[in-house]
Amino acid sequence: MKKVFQRPEVLSDVVMHYCPGCTHGIIHRLVAEAIDELNIQDRLVGVASVGCSVFSYNYFECDMQQAAHGRAPAVATGIKRVHPNNIVFTYQGDGDLAAIGTAEMVHAAARGENITIIFVNNAIYGMTGGQMAPTTLLGQVTQTSPYGRNAETQGYPIKVCEMLATIEGTAYVERVSVDNVKNIMATKKAIKKAFQTQIDGKGFSLVEVLSTCPTNWGLSPVESLGWLRENMMPYYPLGIYKEK
Amino acid sequence: MSDKVLMKGNEAIAEAAIQAGCRYFFGYPITPQNEIPEYMSKRMPKVGGVYLQAESEVAAINMVYGAAGAGARVMTSSSSPGISLKQEGISYIVGSDLPCVIVNIVRGGPGLGGIQPAQSDYFQAVKGGAHGDYHLVVLAPSSVQEAVDLMTDAFDIADMYRVPVMLLGDGMLGQMMEPVEFKEQKGRDLPSKEAWATTGTKGKRRKNVVNSLYIDPKELEDLNIKRFERYKQIEANELRYEMINCDDADIVLVAYGTTARVANSAMRSARSEGLKVGLIRPITLWPFPVEAFQKAVQTTKAFLAVEMSMGQMVEDVRMAINGAKPVHFYGRTGGMVPTPSAIIEELKKILGGER
Repeated sequence: MKKVFQRPEVLSDVVMHYCPGCTHGIIHRLVAEAIDELNIQDRLVGVASVGCSVFSYNYFECDMQQAAHGRAPAVATGIKRVHPNNIVFTYQGDGDLAAIGTAEMVHAAARGENITIIFVNNAIYGMTGGQMAPTTLLGQVTQTSPYGRNAETQGYPIKVCEMLATIEGTAYVERVSVDNVKNIMATKKAIKKAFQTQIDGKGFSLVEVLSTCPTNWGLSPVESLGWLRENMMPYYPLGIYKEK
Repeated sequence: MSDKVLMKGNEAIAEAAIQAGCRYFFGYPITPQNEIPEYMSKRMPKVGGVYLQAESEVAAINMVYGAAGAGARVMTSSSSPGISLKQEGISYIVGSDLPCVIVNIVRGGPGLGGIQPAQSDYFQAVKGGAHGDYHLVVLAPSSVQEAVDLMTDAFDIADMYRVPVMLLGDGMLGQMMEPVEFKEQKGRDLPSKEAWATTGTKGKRRKNVVNSLYIDPKELEDLNIKRFERYKQIEANELRYEMINCDDADIVLVAYGTTARVANSAMRSARSEGLKVGLIRPITLWPFPVEAFQKAVQTTKAFLAVEMSMGQMVEDVRMAINGAKPVHFYGRTGGMVPTPSAIIEELKKILGGER
Protein backbone atom coordinates (compact mmCIF):
# COMPACT_ATOMS: atom_id res chain seq x y z
CA MET A 1 0.00 0.00 0.00
CA LYS A 2 1.32 3.44 -0.89
CA LYS A 3 1.77 5.82 2.05
CA VAL A 4 0.21 9.14 1.15
CA PHE A 5 0.31 10.95 4.47
CA GLN A 6 2.71 10.77 7.39
CA ARG A 7 4.19 12.77 10.22
CA PRO A 8 7.07 14.96 9.03
CA GLU A 9 10.39 13.58 10.27
CA VAL A 10 11.32 16.74 12.14
CA LEU A 11 8.00 16.85 14.03
CA SER A 12 8.36 14.93 17.31
CA ASP A 13 6.01 12.02 17.99
CA VAL A 14 4.59 13.50 21.21
CA VAL A 15 1.29 14.91 22.42
CA MET A 16 1.31 18.71 22.10
CA HIS A 17 0.06 20.86 24.95
CA TYR A 18 -1.83 23.30 22.73
CA CYS A 19 -5.55 23.88 23.35
CA PRO A 20 -8.10 22.16 21.09
CA GLY A 21 -8.65 24.20 17.94
CA CYS A 22 -5.48 26.24 18.33
CA THR A 23 -3.64 26.77 15.06
CA HIS A 24 -0.13 26.39 16.53
CA GLY A 25 -0.35 22.68 15.66
CA ILE A 26 -0.95 23.47 11.97
CA ILE A 27 1.92 25.97 11.92
CA HIS A 28 4.29 23.51 13.62
CA ARG A 29 3.42 20.96 10.98
CA LEU A 30 3.97 23.42 8.14
CA VAL A 31 7.38 24.39 9.53
CA ALA A 32 8.27 20.70 9.85
CA GLU A 33 7.11 19.89 6.30
CA ALA A 34 9.18 22.77 4.90
CA ILE A 35 12.24 21.58 6.81
CA ASP A 36 11.78 18.00 5.60
CA GLU A 37 11.38 19.08 2.00
CA LEU A 38 14.48 21.28 2.14
CA ASN A 39 16.38 18.44 3.83
CA ILE A 40 17.99 20.72 6.45
CA GLN A 41 17.09 18.80 9.62
CA ASP A 42 20.68 17.72 10.31
CA ARG A 43 22.04 21.25 10.38
CA LEU A 44 19.01 22.89 11.90
CA VAL A 45 18.99 24.71 15.26
CA GLY A 46 15.69 26.09 16.53
CA VAL A 47 15.09 28.68 19.23
CA ALA A 48 11.97 28.37 21.36
CA SER A 49 10.51 31.52 22.87
CA VAL A 50 8.30 32.28 25.87
CA GLY A 51 4.54 32.09 25.49
CA CYS A 52 2.31 29.30 24.19
CA SER A 53 5.15 27.97 22.04
CA VAL A 54 7.48 27.76 25.05
CA PHE A 55 7.63 23.95 24.76
CA SER A 56 8.37 23.93 21.03
CA TYR A 57 11.79 22.48 21.89
CA ASN A 58 9.86 19.29 22.64
CA TYR A 59 8.09 19.33 19.27
CA PHE A 60 10.91 19.72 16.77
CA GLU A 61 13.38 16.87 16.29
CA CYS A 62 16.44 19.06 15.86
CA ASP A 63 18.88 20.83 18.18
CA MET A 64 16.96 23.47 20.14
CA GLN A 65 17.66 26.30 22.54
CA GLN A 66 15.08 27.85 24.85
CA ALA A 67 15.39 31.65 24.99
CA ALA A 68 14.34 34.18 27.61
CA HIS A 69 11.17 36.15 26.84
CA GLY A 70 11.71 38.19 23.68
CA ARG A 71 15.38 37.34 23.30
CA ALA A 72 15.12 34.59 20.69
CA PRO A 73 16.56 36.70 17.82
CA ALA A 74 19.61 37.55 19.98
CA VAL A 75 20.06 33.89 20.95
CA ALA A 76 19.67 32.89 17.28
CA THR A 77 22.30 35.50 16.38
CA GLY A 78 24.75 33.93 18.83
CA ILE A 79 24.15 30.45 17.38
CA LYS A 80 24.34 31.58 13.75
CA ARG A 81 27.58 33.53 14.29
CA VAL A 82 29.22 30.43 15.76
CA HIS A 83 27.88 28.06 13.09
CA PRO A 84 27.16 30.08 9.93
CA ASN A 85 26.39 26.87 8.02
CA ASN A 86 23.65 25.85 10.41
CA ILE A 87 20.10 26.85 9.57
CA VAL A 88 18.78 28.78 12.56
CA PHE A 89 15.16 29.68 13.18
CA THR A 90 13.09 31.14 15.99
CA TYR A 91 9.42 30.42 16.66
CA GLN A 92 7.84 33.36 18.51
CA GLY A 93 4.42 34.69 19.43
CA ASP A 94 3.23 38.29 19.27
CA GLY A 95 3.87 39.17 22.92
CA ASP A 96 7.36 37.73 22.74
CA LEU A 97 8.34 39.26 19.40
CA ALA A 98 6.41 42.52 19.19
CA ALA A 99 6.44 43.70 22.84
CA ILE A 100 9.24 42.54 25.11
CA GLY A 101 11.43 41.43 22.18
CA THR A 102 10.93 44.38 19.83
CA ALA A 103 14.53 45.57 20.09
CA GLU A 104 15.99 42.12 19.46
CA MET A 105 13.70 41.56 16.46
CA VAL A 106 14.30 44.96 14.86
CA HIS A 107 18.07 44.89 15.33
CA ALA A 108 18.46 41.31 14.11
CA ALA A 109 16.64 42.56 10.99
CA ALA A 110 18.80 45.70 10.81
CA ARG A 111 21.95 43.59 10.92
CA GLY A 112 20.54 41.47 8.14
CA GLU A 113 21.15 38.51 10.42
CA ASN A 114 20.85 35.40 8.27
CA ILE A 115 18.14 33.73 10.37
CA THR A 116 14.48 32.87 9.90
CA ILE A 117 11.71 33.95 12.26
CA ILE A 118 8.32 32.25 12.36
CA PHE A 119 6.10 34.86 13.99
CA VAL A 120 2.71 33.65 15.16
CA ASN A 121 0.26 36.52 15.64
CA ASN A 122 -2.98 35.69 17.43
CA ALA A 123 -3.56 39.17 18.86
CA ILE A 124 -3.45 38.04 22.48
CA TYR A 125 -1.21 36.64 25.25
CA GLY A 126 -2.29 33.01 25.27
CA MET A 127 -0.08 31.26 27.81
CA THR A 128 -0.69 33.79 30.59
CA GLY A 129 -4.45 33.64 30.13
CA GLY A 130 -5.58 36.17 27.54
CA GLN A 131 -4.12 39.58 28.28
CA MET A 132 -3.79 42.44 25.78
CA ALA A 133 -0.95 41.95 23.29
CA PRO A 134 0.91 44.53 21.19
CA THR A 135 -1.11 43.18 18.26
CA THR A 136 -4.52 43.21 20.02
CA LEU A 137 -6.97 45.04 17.75
CA LEU A 138 -8.72 48.29 18.68
CA GLY A 139 -11.93 47.47 20.52
CA GLN A 140 -10.81 43.88 21.21
CA VAL A 141 -11.75 42.70 24.71
CA THR A 142 -9.03 40.90 26.67
CA GLN A 143 -8.31 40.29 30.36
CA THR A 144 -6.38 43.60 30.52
CA SER A 145 -8.52 45.54 28.04
CA PRO A 146 -11.89 44.58 29.56
CA TYR A 147 -13.64 47.57 27.91
CA GLY A 148 -12.01 46.91 24.56
CA ARG A 149 -8.61 48.20 23.49
CA ASN A 150 -8.82 51.98 23.51
CA ALA A 151 -6.32 53.83 21.30
CA GLU A 152 -6.32 56.84 23.59
CA THR A 153 -5.00 54.95 26.60
CA GLN A 154 -3.64 51.72 25.12
CA GLY A 155 -2.28 52.81 21.77
CA TYR A 156 -2.39 51.01 18.46
CA PRO A 157 -1.62 47.45 17.41
CA ILE A 158 1.81 47.04 15.82
CA LYS A 159 2.13 46.01 12.19
CA VAL A 160 5.37 44.05 12.25
CA CYS A 161 5.70 43.21 8.53
CA GLU A 162 5.05 46.79 7.44
CA MET A 163 7.67 48.03 9.94
CA LEU A 164 10.29 45.45 8.95
CA ALA A 165 9.78 46.17 5.26
CA THR A 166 11.34 49.61 5.83
CA ILE A 167 14.54 48.05 7.20
CA GLU A 168 17.40 47.64 4.73
CA GLY A 169 18.66 44.38 6.27
CA THR A 170 15.47 42.34 5.75
CA ALA A 171 15.55 39.97 2.78
CA TYR A 172 12.13 38.35 2.91
CA VAL A 173 9.03 39.37 4.88
CA GLU A 174 5.56 37.95 4.27
CA ARG A 175 2.28 37.85 6.17
CA VAL A 176 0.14 34.75 5.76
CA SER A 177 -2.81 33.10 7.52
CA VAL A 178 -3.96 29.61 8.42
CA ASP A 179 -7.71 30.29 8.34
CA ASN A 180 -8.47 28.06 5.32
CA VAL A 181 -6.85 25.38 3.18
CA LYS A 182 -5.77 27.78 0.44
CA ASN A 183 -4.06 30.06 2.94
CA ILE A 184 -2.52 27.10 4.75
CA MET A 185 -0.89 26.02 1.48
CA ALA A 186 0.32 29.59 0.94
CA THR A 187 1.72 29.65 4.49
CA LYS A 188 3.76 26.55 3.83
CA LYS A 189 5.09 28.08 0.63
CA ALA A 190 6.08 31.25 2.53
CA ILE A 191 7.82 29.31 5.31
CA LYS A 192 9.75 27.29 2.76
CA LYS A 193 10.74 30.47 0.95
CA ALA A 194 11.93 32.02 4.23
CA PHE A 195 14.20 29.05 4.93
CA GLN A 196 15.40 29.09 1.30
CA THR A 197 16.29 32.78 1.76
CA GLN A 198 18.53 31.77 4.64
CA ILE A 199 20.01 28.80 2.76
CA ASP A 200 20.87 31.20 -0.07
CA GLY A 201 22.59 33.50 2.43
CA LYS A 202 20.38 36.48 1.54
CA GLY A 203 19.77 37.63 5.12
CA PHE A 204 16.91 38.13 7.53
CA SER A 205 13.59 36.44 6.80
CA LEU A 206 10.33 36.56 8.73
CA VAL A 207 6.93 35.01 8.13
CA GLU A 208 4.05 36.41 10.16
CA VAL A 209 1.27 33.87 10.49
CA LEU A 210 -2.17 35.14 11.51
CA SER A 211 -3.38 32.58 13.99
CA THR A 212 -6.31 31.92 16.32
CA CYS A 213 -6.75 31.55 20.07
CA PRO A 214 -10.21 30.03 20.59
CA THR A 215 -9.64 29.60 24.35
CA ASN A 216 -8.81 33.21 25.11
CA TRP A 217 -10.95 34.75 22.37
CA GLY A 218 -13.92 32.90 23.93
CA LEU A 219 -14.99 31.46 20.57
CA SER A 220 -15.28 27.99 19.06
CA PRO A 221 -12.43 26.95 16.75
CA VAL A 222 -14.62 27.51 13.68
CA GLU A 223 -15.93 30.86 14.94
CA SER A 224 -12.31 31.85 15.62
CA LEU A 225 -11.36 31.32 11.98
CA GLY A 226 -14.23 33.60 10.98
CA TRP A 227 -13.17 36.21 13.55
CA LEU A 228 -9.62 36.15 12.17
CA ARG A 229 -10.92 36.74 8.63
CA GLU A 230 -13.32 39.50 9.59
CA ASN A 231 -11.20 41.38 12.11
CA MET A 232 -7.51 40.59 11.75
CA MET A 233 -7.15 40.42 7.97
CA PRO A 234 -8.43 43.95 7.26
CA TYR A 235 -5.92 45.42 9.74
CA TYR A 236 -3.12 42.95 8.93
CA PRO A 237 -3.33 42.49 5.14
CA LEU A 238 -1.76 39.32 3.76
CA GLY A 239 1.04 39.55 1.25
CA ILE A 240 4.76 39.82 0.60
CA TYR A 241 6.15 42.97 2.18
CA LYS A 242 9.77 42.52 1.20
CA GLU A 243 11.60 40.21 -1.16
CA LYS A 244 15.23 40.64 -2.17
CA MET B 1 56.07 35.42 24.46
CA SER B 2 58.06 36.39 27.51
CA ASP B 3 58.54 40.06 26.53
CA LYS B 4 56.83 42.58 28.73
CA VAL B 5 54.53 45.07 27.05
CA LEU B 6 52.93 48.18 28.50
CA MET B 7 49.18 47.82 28.21
CA LYS B 8 45.98 49.31 29.53
CA GLY B 9 44.12 46.89 31.80
CA ASN B 10 41.07 46.67 29.55
CA GLU B 11 43.14 45.94 26.45
CA ALA B 12 45.25 43.37 28.29
CA ILE B 13 42.08 41.60 29.48
CA ALA B 14 40.80 41.47 25.89
CA GLU B 15 44.11 40.15 24.53
CA ALA B 16 44.33 37.57 27.32
CA ALA B 17 40.83 36.36 26.45
CA ILE B 18 41.82 35.90 22.81
CA GLN B 19 44.97 34.06 23.86
CA ALA B 20 42.76 31.87 26.07
CA GLY B 21 40.90 30.82 22.94
CA CYS B 22 37.90 33.12 23.14
CA ARG B 23 36.66 33.71 19.58
CA TYR B 24 33.26 35.29 20.16
CA PHE B 25 32.61 38.61 21.82
CA PHE B 26 29.24 40.31 22.15
CA GLY B 27 29.13 43.69 23.89
CA TYR B 28 27.80 47.20 24.17
CA PRO B 29 29.73 50.41 24.89
CA ILE B 30 29.85 51.69 28.45
CA THR B 31 32.56 53.56 30.37
CA PRO B 32 35.03 52.57 31.87
CA GLN B 33 35.33 49.26 29.91
CA ASN B 34 35.16 50.55 26.33
CA GLU B 35 38.70 49.50 25.47
CA ILE B 36 37.63 45.84 25.78
CA PRO B 37 35.07 45.94 22.93
CA GLU B 38 37.27 48.33 20.96
CA TYR B 39 40.22 45.96 21.19
CA MET B 40 38.01 42.98 20.37
CA SER B 41 36.63 44.74 17.27
CA LYS B 42 40.20 45.19 16.03
CA ARG B 43 41.58 41.76 16.95
CA MET B 44 38.71 39.30 16.49
CA PRO B 45 38.56 39.54 12.68
CA LYS B 46 42.35 38.94 12.59
CA VAL B 47 42.08 35.64 14.49
CA GLY B 48 39.01 34.36 12.66
CA GLY B 49 36.68 35.29 15.50
CA VAL B 50 33.49 37.33 15.74
CA TYR B 51 33.02 40.72 17.33
CA LEU B 52 29.44 41.95 17.41
CA GLN B 53 28.18 45.20 18.91
CA ALA B 54 24.71 44.38 20.16
CA GLU B 55 21.78 46.77 20.47
CA SER B 56 21.86 46.49 24.25
CA GLU B 57 23.51 44.63 27.10
CA VAL B 58 20.36 42.53 27.26
CA ALA B 59 20.83 41.41 23.67
CA ALA B 60 24.59 40.96 24.14
CA ILE B 61 24.24 38.50 27.04
CA ASN B 62 21.57 36.58 25.12
CA MET B 63 23.92 36.34 22.14
CA VAL B 64 26.45 34.95 24.62
CA TYR B 65 23.79 32.43 25.68
CA GLY B 66 23.21 31.37 22.08
CA ALA B 67 26.93 31.13 21.28
CA ALA B 68 27.75 29.29 24.51
CA GLY B 69 24.88 26.89 23.83
CA ALA B 70 26.34 26.34 20.38
CA GLY B 71 29.58 25.24 22.04
CA ALA B 72 31.74 28.34 21.63
CA ARG B 73 34.28 29.92 23.98
CA VAL B 74 32.53 33.26 24.39
CA MET B 75 32.60 36.36 26.56
CA THR B 76 31.03 39.73 27.13
CA SER B 77 32.13 42.73 29.16
CA SER B 78 30.42 45.73 30.66
CA SER B 79 30.37 48.05 33.64
CA SER B 80 27.95 48.20 36.54
CA PRO B 81 24.71 49.57 34.98
CA GLY B 82 25.27 47.32 31.97
CA ILE B 83 25.87 44.31 34.21
CA SER B 84 22.52 45.00 35.88
CA LEU B 85 20.91 44.68 32.45
CA LYS B 86 22.69 41.38 31.84
CA GLN B 87 21.32 39.75 34.98
CA GLU B 88 18.35 38.14 33.24
CA GLY B 89 20.64 36.47 30.73
CA ILE B 90 23.08 35.40 33.43
CA SER B 91 20.29 33.57 35.25
CA TYR B 92 19.31 31.72 32.04
CA ILE B 93 22.96 30.85 31.35
CA VAL B 94 23.21 29.38 34.85
CA GLY B 95 19.88 27.57 34.50
CA SER B 96 20.95 26.02 31.20
CA ASP B 97 24.42 25.06 32.56
CA LEU B 98 26.33 27.05 29.96
CA PRO B 99 29.95 28.23 30.24
CA CYS B 100 30.98 31.82 29.53
CA VAL B 101 33.07 34.67 30.91
CA ILE B 102 31.61 38.02 31.94
CA VAL B 103 33.91 40.94 32.75
CA ASN B 104 32.61 43.70 35.02
CA ILE B 105 34.80 46.81 35.24
CA VAL B 106 32.93 48.29 38.17
CA ARG B 107 32.06 51.98 38.49
CA GLY B 108 30.32 53.94 41.25
CA GLY B 109 26.56 53.53 41.75
CA PRO B 110 23.66 53.14 42.29
CA GLY B 111 21.77 54.34 39.22
CA LEU B 112 23.89 55.95 36.56
CA GLY B 113 26.27 56.62 39.43
CA GLY B 114 29.66 57.77 38.16
CA ILE B 115 32.46 56.55 35.96
CA GLN B 116 35.20 56.32 38.61
CA PRO B 117 36.33 53.02 40.14
CA ALA B 118 34.24 51.25 42.76
CA GLN B 119 33.66 47.86 44.36
CA SER B 120 29.99 48.38 45.04
CA ASP B 121 28.89 45.49 42.81
CA TYR B 122 30.28 42.88 45.23
CA PHE B 123 26.83 41.87 46.46
CA GLN B 124 25.50 41.68 42.90
CA ALA B 125 28.41 39.52 41.75
CA VAL B 126 28.80 37.28 44.80
CA LYS B 127 25.32 37.03 46.29
CA GLY B 128 23.38 36.53 43.07
CA GLY B 129 22.34 39.59 41.07
CA ALA B 130 19.69 37.65 39.19
CA HIS B 131 16.81 35.34 40.13
CA GLY B 132 17.13 31.77 41.28
CA ASP B 133 19.47 29.59 43.34
CA TYR B 134 22.98 30.01 41.98
CA HIS B 135 26.55 31.24 42.37
CA LEU B 136 28.87 32.93 39.95
CA VAL B 137 32.54 32.08 40.21
CA VAL B 138 34.00 35.54 40.82
CA LEU B 139 37.67 36.27 40.18
CA ALA B 140 39.11 39.57 41.44
CA PRO B 141 42.57 40.41 40.05
CA SER B 142 44.50 43.23 41.69
CA SER B 143 46.88 43.99 38.83
CA VAL B 144 46.82 43.97 35.06
CA GLN B 145 49.24 41.03 35.11
CA GLU B 146 46.99 39.05 37.42
CA ALA B 147 43.95 39.80 35.24
CA VAL B 148 45.88 38.43 32.26
CA ASP B 149 47.04 35.36 34.18
CA LEU B 150 43.51 34.60 35.42
CA MET B 151 41.85 34.74 32.03
CA THR B 152 42.70 31.20 30.90
CA ASP B 153 41.56 29.94 34.29
CA ALA B 154 38.33 31.89 33.95
CA PHE B 155 37.47 30.16 30.66
CA ASP B 156 38.70 26.77 31.89
CA ILE B 157 36.66 26.93 35.10
CA ALA B 158 33.61 27.92 33.03
CA ASP B 159 34.08 24.95 30.67
CA MET B 160 35.08 22.50 33.39
CA TYR B 161 32.00 23.04 35.58
CA ARG B 162 29.62 24.49 32.95
CA VAL B 163 29.14 27.74 34.86
CA PRO B 164 29.47 31.42 34.03
CA VAL B 165 32.59 33.02 35.51
CA MET B 166 32.81 36.73 36.32
CA LEU B 167 36.06 38.66 36.27
CA LEU B 168 35.40 41.51 38.67
CA GLY B 169 37.67 44.49 38.17
CA ASP B 170 37.18 48.16 38.79
CA GLY B 171 37.65 51.32 36.76
CA MET B 172 41.20 51.64 38.03
CA LEU B 173 42.23 48.18 36.87
CA GLY B 174 40.57 48.77 33.50
CA GLN B 175 42.13 52.15 32.87
CA MET B 176 45.64 51.90 34.29
CA MET B 177 48.64 50.91 32.21
CA GLU B 178 51.09 48.35 33.54
CA PRO B 179 53.80 46.17 32.04
CA VAL B 180 52.40 42.71 31.38
CA GLU B 181 53.73 39.43 30.14
CA PHE B 182 51.53 37.02 28.24
CA LYS B 183 52.82 33.72 29.51
CA GLU B 184 52.25 30.46 27.68
CA GLN B 185 49.07 29.16 29.32
CA LYS B 186 48.81 25.42 29.65
CA GLY B 187 45.07 25.12 29.96
CA ARG B 188 43.33 22.04 31.33
CA ASP B 189 41.91 18.84 29.96
CA LEU B 190 38.32 19.83 29.51
CA PRO B 191 35.17 17.77 29.02
CA SER B 192 33.76 17.59 25.48
CA LYS B 193 30.77 19.79 24.67
CA GLU B 194 29.36 17.31 22.17
CA ALA B 195 26.80 15.88 24.57
CA TRP B 196 24.90 19.14 24.89
CA ALA B 197 25.99 21.82 22.38
CA THR B 198 23.54 22.74 19.62
CA THR B 199 25.71 22.27 16.56
CA GLY B 200 23.11 20.52 14.42
CA THR B 201 22.71 16.77 14.81
CA LYS B 202 24.48 16.08 11.47
CA GLY B 203 22.25 13.01 11.44
CA LYS B 204 24.57 11.29 13.90
CA ARG B 205 22.96 11.76 17.29
CA ARG B 206 19.74 12.59 19.08
CA LYS B 207 18.87 16.25 19.40
CA ASN B 208 20.52 18.45 22.03
CA VAL B 209 18.34 20.90 23.93
CA VAL B 210 19.63 23.93 25.84
CA ASN B 211 16.94 24.85 28.31
CA SER B 212 16.22 26.13 31.82
CA LEU B 213 12.48 25.39 31.99
CA TYR B 214 11.32 22.54 34.24
CA ILE B 215 7.64 22.46 35.08
CA ASP B 216 8.00 19.49 37.44
CA PRO B 217 9.28 20.90 40.78
CA LYS B 218 11.00 17.64 41.72
CA GLU B 219 12.98 17.66 38.49
CA LEU B 220 13.96 21.32 39.03
CA GLU B 221 14.98 20.64 42.63
CA ASP B 222 17.13 17.70 41.52
CA LEU B 223 18.85 19.84 38.91
CA ASN B 224 19.52 22.62 41.42
CA ILE B 225 20.97 20.10 43.86
CA LYS B 226 23.18 18.67 41.11
CA ARG B 227 24.38 22.18 40.25
CA PHE B 228 25.23 22.83 43.88
CA GLU B 229 27.25 19.62 43.95
CA ARG B 230 29.35 21.17 41.20
CA TYR B 231 29.64 24.33 43.29
CA LYS B 232 31.02 22.17 46.10
CA GLN B 233 33.73 20.89 43.74
CA ILE B 234 34.53 24.47 42.77
CA GLU B 235 34.84 25.40 46.45
CA ALA B 236 37.21 22.48 46.94
CA ASN B 237 39.33 22.99 43.82
CA GLU B 238 39.29 26.61 42.74
CA LEU B 239 39.81 28.66 45.89
CA ARG B 240 42.45 31.38 45.50
CA TYR B 241 43.73 33.90 48.00
CA GLU B 242 46.88 35.52 49.29
CA MET B 243 47.97 35.88 52.94
CA ILE B 244 50.81 38.26 53.73
CA ASN B 245 52.44 38.84 57.14
CA CYS B 246 49.54 37.23 58.97
CA ASP B 247 51.59 34.96 61.28
CA ASP B 248 52.60 37.63 63.80
CA ALA B 249 49.94 40.20 62.96
CA ASP B 250 47.97 41.97 65.68
CA ILE B 251 45.55 43.13 63.02
CA VAL B 252 44.82 41.76 59.55
CA LEU B 253 43.67 43.93 56.67
CA VAL B 254 41.22 42.34 54.24
CA ALA B 255 40.94 43.76 50.74
CA TYR B 256 40.55 42.57 47.13
CA GLY B 257 41.26 43.98 43.69
CA THR B 258 43.08 47.29 43.37
CA THR B 259 42.09 48.18 46.95
CA ALA B 260 44.32 45.31 48.09
CA ARG B 261 47.31 47.15 46.61
CA VAL B 262 46.46 50.27 48.59
CA ALA B 263 46.05 48.08 51.67
CA ASN B 264 49.38 46.41 50.92
CA SER B 265 51.12 49.83 50.83
CA ALA B 266 49.42 50.72 54.11
CA MET B 267 50.58 47.44 55.65
CA ARG B 268 54.19 48.02 54.62
CA SER B 269 54.22 51.60 55.95
CA ALA B 270 52.59 50.48 59.19
CA ARG B 271 55.16 47.70 59.59
CA SER B 272 57.98 50.23 59.17
CA GLU B 273 56.40 52.14 62.05
CA GLY B 274 56.43 48.96 64.13
CA LEU B 275 52.74 48.05 63.82
CA LYS B 276 52.16 44.33 63.29
CA VAL B 277 49.78 44.35 60.34
CA GLY B 278 48.91 41.51 57.95
CA LEU B 279 46.81 41.23 54.81
CA ILE B 280 44.36 38.70 53.46
CA ARG B 281 43.58 39.21 49.79
CA PRO B 282 40.74 37.07 48.44
CA ILE B 283 41.30 36.37 44.73
CA THR B 284 38.18 34.26 44.38
CA LEU B 285 35.32 36.25 45.94
CA TRP B 286 33.09 33.26 45.35
CA PRO B 287 34.15 30.79 46.56
CA PHE B 288 35.17 33.02 49.48
CA PRO B 289 38.44 31.96 51.14
CA VAL B 290 36.99 31.15 54.55
CA GLU B 291 39.99 28.93 55.36
CA ALA B 292 42.35 31.95 55.28
CA PHE B 293 40.30 33.58 58.02
CA GLN B 294 40.11 30.37 60.05
CA LYS B 295 43.91 30.37 60.06
CA ALA B 296 44.35 34.07 60.83
CA VAL B 297 41.73 34.14 63.55
CA GLN B 298 43.93 31.83 65.68
CA THR B 299 46.63 34.47 66.14
CA THR B 300 45.44 37.93 65.25
CA LYS B 301 43.40 40.26 67.46
CA ALA B 302 41.22 42.04 64.92
CA PHE B 303 40.40 42.46 61.24
CA LEU B 304 39.93 45.59 59.15
CA ALA B 305 38.12 45.17 55.84
CA VAL B 306 38.84 47.92 53.33
CA GLU B 307 36.64 48.37 50.28
CA MET B 308 35.58 50.90 47.68
CA SER B 309 31.99 50.54 48.87
CA MET B 310 29.82 51.18 51.92
CA GLY B 311 30.73 47.71 53.17
CA GLN B 312 29.84 44.59 51.21
CA MET B 313 32.67 42.03 51.35
CA VAL B 314 32.94 42.82 55.06
CA GLU B 315 29.76 40.76 55.58
CA ASP B 316 31.52 37.67 54.24
CA VAL B 317 34.51 38.45 56.46
CA ARG B 318 32.19 38.61 59.49
CA MET B 319 30.62 35.29 58.53
CA ALA B 320 34.04 33.70 58.13
CA ILE B 321 35.19 35.04 61.54
CA ASN B 322 31.83 34.13 63.07
CA GLY B 323 32.17 36.51 66.03
CA ALA B 324 35.51 35.13 67.19
CA LYS B 325 37.32 38.47 66.77
CA PRO B 326 36.22 42.04 66.07
CA VAL B 327 35.82 42.95 62.38
CA HIS B 328 36.13 46.62 61.48
CA PHE B 329 35.37 48.35 58.23
CA TYR B 330 36.79 51.27 56.34
CA GLY B 331 35.44 52.22 52.92
CA ARG B 332 35.23 54.98 50.36
CA THR B 333 32.46 55.01 47.81
CA GLY B 334 31.06 56.75 44.73
CA GLY B 335 34.39 56.57 42.89
CA MET B 336 36.60 57.71 45.77
CA VAL B 337 39.67 55.58 46.44
CA PRO B 338 41.04 54.86 49.93
CA THR B 339 44.58 56.13 50.60
CA PRO B 340 47.29 54.25 52.54
CA SER B 341 47.47 57.06 55.09
CA ALA B 342 43.74 56.89 55.79
CA ILE B 343 44.01 53.12 56.28
CA ILE B 344 46.98 53.56 58.65
CA GLU B 345 44.95 56.08 60.64
CA GLU B 346 42.16 53.50 60.97
CA LEU B 347 44.67 50.83 62.02
CA LYS B 348 46.06 53.10 64.72
CA LYS B 349 42.59 53.91 66.03
CA ILE B 350 41.76 50.21 66.32
CA LEU B 351 45.09 49.21 67.84
CA GLY B 352 44.90 52.20 70.23
CA GLY B 353 41.48 51.06 71.40
CA GLU B 354 39.62 54.05 69.95
CA ARG B 355 37.40 51.84 67.84
